[in-house]
Amino acid sequence: MTMMSEARAGTADLRAHATTATAPGAPASQRRRPPPRRSWNWNDPGVRTFTYQLALAAVLAFVGWYLYDNVATNLRRQNIATGFSFLGEAAKFNISETPVSFTAADSYGRALLIGLLNTIHVSLVGIVCATLVGVVMGIARASRNLLVSKLAGCYVEFARNVPVILHVVLWSSIIRNLPAPRQALDVLGIGFISNRGLTLPVLVPDPAHGAMGLGFLVGAVAAVILYKLIKRHGERTGRYVAPLPPALALVVAATFLPWLLSGAPVAFDMPKLRGFGFSGGMTVPPEFFALVVGLTVYTGAFIAEIVRAGIESVPKGQSEAARALGLKPSSIMSRIVLPQALRVIIPPMSSQFLSLTKNSSLGVIIGYPELVNIGNTIMNQTGQVVEMVTIMMIIYLGLSLTTSISMNLYNNAVALKER
Amino acid sequence: MFGMGLLKHGKVLLVSAAIALSAGSAIAEQGATLKTVKERGMLLCGAHPGRYGFAAPDAKGRWVGFEVDLCRAIAAAIFGDGEKVKFVALSSQQRFPAIQSGEVDVLPRNTTATLTRDTALGLNFSPPVFYTGLGFLVRKDAGVKSIEELNGAVICMAPGSTTEQSVARIFAQRNLKYTPIVIENNKELASAYVAGRCDALAKDRDALPGVRVYDAPNPDDHVILDGTYSKEPLALAVRHGDDQWYDIVKWVMYGLMEAEENGISQANADAMLKSGDPYVRDMLGVTGDFGAKLGLDNKWLYSAVKSVGSYKDIYERHFGAGTALPLPRGVNKPWTDGGLLYGLPIK
Repeated sequence: MTMMSEARAGTADLRAHATTATAPGAPASQRRRPPPRRSWNWNDPGVRTFTYQLALAAVLAFVGWYLYDNVATNLRRQNIATGFSFLGEAAKFNISETPVSFTAADSYGRALLIGLLNTIHVSLVGIVCATLVGVVMGIARASRNLLVSKLAGCYVEFARNVPVILHVVLWSSIIRNLPAPRQALDVLGIGFISNRGLTLPVLVPDPAHGAMGLGFLVGAVAAVILYKLIKRHGERTGRYVAPLPPALALVVAATFLPWLLSGAPVAFDMPKLRGFGFSGGMTVPPEFFALVVGLTVYTGAFIAEIVRAGIESVPKGQSEAARALGLKPSSIMSRIVLPQALRVIIPPMSSQFLSLTKNSSLGVIIGYPELVNIGNTIMNQTGQVVEMVTIMMIIYLGLSLTTSISMNLYNNAVALKER
Repeated sequence: MFGMGLLKHGKVLLVSAAIALSAGSAIAEQGATLKTVKERGMLLCGAHPGRYGFAAPDAKGRWVGFEVDLCRAIAAAIFGDGEKVKFVALSSQQRFPAIQSGEVDVLPRNTTATLTRDTALGLNFSPPVFYTGLGFLVRKDAGVKSIEELNGAVICMAPGSTTEQSVARIFAQRNLKYTPIVIENNKELASAYVAGRCDALAKDRDALPGVRVYDAPNPDDHVILDGTYSKEPLALAVRHGDDQWYDIVKWVMYGLMEAEENGISQANADAMLKSGDPYVRDMLGVTGDFGAKLGLDNKWLYSAVKSVGSYKDIYERHFGAGTALPLPRGVNKPWTDGGLLYGLPIK
């Protein structure tokens, strides 16, 4: 962080120079003058800043080296094994949820990978859900309908003023106290809700599905082209045709045509009660569900406030003008207000996504096998605490930076273009 | 309570930071630990934050339990006073950094002695003070009689030391499948099992009666499966590098076992000072200089026994017939009674 602010200070400094160099009103000769030769002059602000920054960097590097050296020396003197070779050893434990295959014979490194994938999985689902909830609640809060805005206000105040850990534990205990598999609640005759999670039938894989996926891709590309063509045609001729329905129809047709051609195969793997629980179908485990719901409810409230602030930042005149032009309220929101509000909304959203990702480590409390939970087990079994904590910190840092970078790219894409 | 998870991780970091910052001060050199402890006037013991019978603060905040008493015995051997000890509650991740960095002097915290811990973690282990092993708690109405019938079950366990590996091994040996649910917080773990999230709870056998009696609304709905499924010899850990300190911890443990074997107890310790048996008089420091050889007062064992009793006294106090959760001694009795406790001779 220090380095970032340092870098920012550096940029600001450069900008300051640039401004002075090309100060408007300065005589042309002065502007074109070559930059003065740098000499070691303490009164030169550039030299001073550079020296300060160099000194700070040196101090930081020294502190970093000192800490590292100290740990290494102490561990060596106590004959404590160090290094990361333990990551290659067999883990000898099992994990409940494995996005890629994992057995007790696999390595600690692979166990860590499973934890990382589970963290990414739960964070992505959480981010999507929290954004949906947040946008809906934010718009509701900004609504002029008193009931809607007050209800949304109650949600926001309740959700963001209760620690996230309580949200997660609350949902976890609600789900745990659902009926046992044998008394499971039936959902429309297709799925079951029990304290073992939500069990649903799944499609039995068929070669046709691959063809469907291909069809979908081809259809999607064609649909985008069709959408643009129709839109351009409308703009050129002034006869406006809604471009979305034909484009969607094209996607659907392209997806299902191969399926119809291969004889419309449909076979479901239905969950059945067997032994201790259900066999067949797929199950959304209660821990995953509780974590996603807890994180969504909590983060959604913050996002709602960000969205509301964004909407309210758009001058009233904008929507009044749109109304005067005769736009529908839904179009006003989607075409006039939200695009302008996004400028205000996107930057603080990144930090909500970051905190949601980091809060997913609460899976450790309710037993979801995410990064920290598995890291805990590895720490316990190998005793390599310093190494494991370092690895986990680096992984979270990497996740956060990736999120930040993608959000910045998106922010640049939607930023108000000044022409 | 719910915040504990976060705090714990914070604390792991802190402990790691402590290792990072302590410039060699924590390194155990010959005799350094005893000197530090004496200068401090207080023994620092890493304790389990709460395990029935082993270690937990009572209603008045005083630490009680089997492992707590072992620590008091060491304090008594050093200071002649079993109260000169401070307990530091440690989670299972915190315990090793805590002993390695010198945050505690000795670690009697439900710790299974294993080769890796003895070597790669830079620890030395006292003789085992409690032999236990993995057991399973199941609901009676599930009709499960043996582990073979747990095929396909969901099993709750703590991110323990060795529990996860032991369960994996036991099930693999029998070609059985299971789904592990790993929860660190003991209360959360018990409540997940009681609420029916899991079909079985896997823990050290001696910890299961506590869950059954205190956490389950109706203890009679739950049974502990017969059999002990892994070896978990619990022992006290100290740092590598200070042999004198290791000797002290080791011999206080042997001493408590020897005291039981030779009929010395908290009640008769004073009378035994006048024993006609020279071996007993040597043990209690009436004659001989065995305490001095350890760097302690010659009355080291007398003080320990006087303050907390022999191994038998300690066991009976926390697991005996009169306690809330009586636990038969099983193999945790002297070798002379067919058990595994074998104190080496104080000669």
